[in-house]
Amino acid sequence: MSMVPTLLSVEGLTKSYGGVHAVRGVSFDLRAGEILALIGPNGAGKSTCFDMLNGQNIPDSGGIRVLGEETTGRKPRVIWRMGVGRTFQITATFPTMTVRENVQVALVSYGRQLFNLWSSTARYAREEAGRLLDLVGMGAYAGRPCGELAYGDLKRLELAIALANQPRLLLMDEPTAGMAPRERIELMRLTARIAREQAIGVLFTEHDMDVVFEHADRILVLNRGTLIAEGSPEEVRGNAQVRAIYLGEGLVYDARHRDGAHA
Amino acid sequence: MAFYVAQFLTGLASAASLFLVASGLSIIFGVTRIVNFAHGAFYMLGAYAAFTLTERFSGALGFWGGIVAAALIIAAVGVLVEMVLLRRIYHSPELFQLLATFGLTLMVEDVVVLIWGPDDLLGRRAPGFKGAVDFFGQSIPSYDLFLIVLGPVVLGVLWLLFQRTRWGILVRAATQDRDMVAALGVNQKWLFTSVFALGVFLAALGGALQIPRDAVNHAMDLRVIVEVFVVVVIGGLGSIIGAFVAAVLVSELNAFGILIFPKISIILVFLVMAVVLIVRPWGLFGRPEAPARRTPGLTVNPWRPLTTNERLVALAALAVAAALPLVAGNYVLTVGSEIAVFVIFAVSLHFLMSVGGLASFGHAAYFGLGAYGVAFLAKLAGLPTIVSLLLGPMLGLLGAAVFGFFAVQLSGVYFAMLTLAFAQIVWSIAFQWVSVTGGDNGILGVWPDKWAATPSHFYWLSLGVAALVVVILRVIVFSPFGFGLRATRDSPLRSEAIGINVKRIQWTAFVIAGTVAGLAGALFAYLKGSVFPDNMGISLSVDALVMVLLGGVETVSGPVIGAIVYKALNIWLVSQTDLSKLVLGAFVVLIVVAFPKGIVGTLEAIMQRGRKSASSASPLLTSRIETAE
Repeated sequence: MSMVPTLLSVEGLTKSYGGVHAVRGVSFDLRAGEILALIGPNGAGKSTCFDMLNGQNIPDSGGIRVLGEETTGRKPRVIWRMGVGRTFQITATFPTMTVRENVQVALVSYGRQLFNLWSSTARYAREEAGRLLDLVGMGAYAGRPCGELAYGDLKRLELAIALANQPRLLLMDEPTAGMAPRERIELMRLTARIAREQAIGVLFTEHDMDVVFEHADRILVLNRGTLIAEGSPEEVRGNAQVRAIYLGEGLVYDARHRDGAHA
Repeated sequence: MAFYVAQFLTGLASAASLFLVASGLSIIFGVTRIVNFAHGAFYMLGAYAAFTLTERFSGALGFWGGIVAAALIIAAVGVLVEMVLLRRIYHSPELFQLLATFGLTLMVEDVVVLIWGPDDLLGRRAPGFKGAVDFFGQSIPSYDLFLIVLGPVVLGVLWLLFQRTRWGILVRAATQDRDMVAALGVNQKWLFTSVFALGVFLAALGGALQIPRDAVNHAMDLRVIVEVFVVVVIGGLGSIIGAFVAAVLVSELNAFGILIFPKISIILVFLVMAVVLIVRPWGLFGRPEAPARRTPGLTVNPWRPLTTNERLVALAALAVAAALPLVAGNYVLTVGSEIAVFVIFAVSLHFLMSVGGLASFGHAAYFGLGAYGVAFLAKLAGLPTIVSLLLGPMLGLLGAAVFGFFAVQLSGVYFAMLTLAFAQIVWSIAFQWVSVTGGDNGILGVWPDKWAATPSHFYWLSLGVAALVVVILRVIVFSPFGFGLRATRDSPLRSEAIGINVKRIQWTAFVIAGTVAGLAGALFAYLKGSVFPDNMGISLSVDALVMVLLGGVETVSGPVIGAIVYKALNIWLVSQTDLSKLVLGAFVVLIVVAFPKGIVGTLEAIMQRGRKSASSASPLLTSRIETAE
């Protein structure tokens, strides 16, 4: 149907802890330049799913392919080298380094210079680091100690770090958690713009339905470890089962969006 | 057969005391998260106090009353220590807590000698348990049987205390989540104090109960604390049942190890510990630890290379140091050489613990291996000085490669304990393998060739090597590898997510640090003309830690300044007073409590404050603080 290549394909992903099926037979695809949201109530299996995708958890069965290559059960650092960048729910950066150095370390690793004991890191890929920081709007902060940044800026920095290996696929675990409402929209707009420009596929989990319905091209809904719905925001919004699960929790979006359309 | 049973019973009797001390350490750790290095000191104090009391008061009541009273008195001392010292450092990094309680241990060692004298003291036999029981021709002291029964009884009492009393439930709750317990309105301060008192009481009781079996002496603290570390690491920190099982295991390994491998009885225990740590890093009955705390309140200033002006200052300082032989006599030059050697040693540990975030409590092992390496090459193979100096440290490299591989599998307190244990293994090999190492007598007559033999020449050699090492390690700190290493320290999670092989980077850093420490040891062997097992002892490892801490753990230049100040002070102190440990210990405690940034860190903070007020406060710090939801 489309000539856009499949970046990520997940087949029958399954994981259980003791008798509890955390994730059961989850399958989906993600194409280049597409922004895919993975949503579901607490305990639906989003995190388990995510951890298996980025290599922190090994599935009981099922397969994960990135650009046609099998990544199931591989270490996070190996998956990263295959072109998968990621951000964390709670930012993970290097607080004792400057903002620029944070990006430079990622570039050092990407350039396979980690065991270079002699040259100066300060001069290593300085322009490239600056370009990445400009891209996320952090260029002016390059010389700042990372430990001083406000939370929203840390999230942008993390995005710059995640882009250092020129990823084809970005995995973002609750990218806007802990941010002020206006910052959320800015960050997701930025992410969407970069994804479209560079044809990067983005998979993200999110609790904020405003963010999800505003930015996702397609939405996957998990409940009790199984995919119960998949489709465009409109399709998912109209899905009775999804409504039933989210009743009293997230249905506010619906009314608000309709109001917005009238105004 | 009867002989083995008797040996088994002896092991069980030894386990009782060990269990008391270890359970105390575990209970304290569980609630306060402090690994109390001073626990051995409380054990020793308990033994000394019990000795005095049981000598003073006669009869069965005097003896048993004396034992319990001794434990209670030392518990009161413990309460004092908790309120005055520990309350100030509950939120400090683990490393600082270990060092503060180690400083306390040093102080106690001198205090004990001051009060009770340096000689071994033989205590009274226990009334009612003076004889021995005949078991198929083997005589078993009846006091041992008493101890064998006592161990499980104490375990039972502790179990009841924790299951059946309100206090016990609070302690268990605090062990699982102390923030939650505080949020529920429990008075944390007194909970911590009472827990510490109980822990110290158990340690002192363990010491007091040893007096009918063993002579009381002022070195028993370090011996027991190393064994107790092994016990809690095998059993799992924070688990009382783990402490019991591991105490029995370790005591039996000791009891039978002596029969099977008389030469390496100590090693057997440490090997078991190493295996347990690798298979179950959090011990047999322990739970995985939460990630280590970041150092709060310390500087977050990113490191930078020296500016041109600072380089000129450093060069000028080096030139002044190099001119020393023109004015100074032989004694001063020998002291100068020793300081240079310790600068090398301190920067090697700094590389591992400040740059890599891996605080080794056994770094002296690689120093000592380098020293022995030189001794073998120079003395036994007769190689020239320059060749020995280059090849000797390779023994340090080899040791670091082997032990480092296992050690980097762990982090935090467990890393510290495993490195300490490895250092003890190396120490006991040097101590026990007399035919090769000369044992306690060491290897004498390790002198450099003629060109380096005079004090001024050797001083220049040491100074030159030290300067070279400092420059090379600084280059590595600011190299891509150095940044990668700091990345693994700052955030292992993020490091892995940007393709860094964390363990391999850490292992490489461990090997580099071990090799440089070996080089320091190699020079030291030539400086002293001899090597001894103490060249790899615990106190040398702690010296290195204190040097880094004194200079400033979070600075790049700290260890150089720290080593110079500490070593000069140390040499001067030893020549001035017999109570050097007391002064040194107090000094360590003072740095941790009042001066955690160290000399260089404090200077940097002062200079930065000056700069900040000059160029108006940064907008980042004044505004832009947003609340997370």
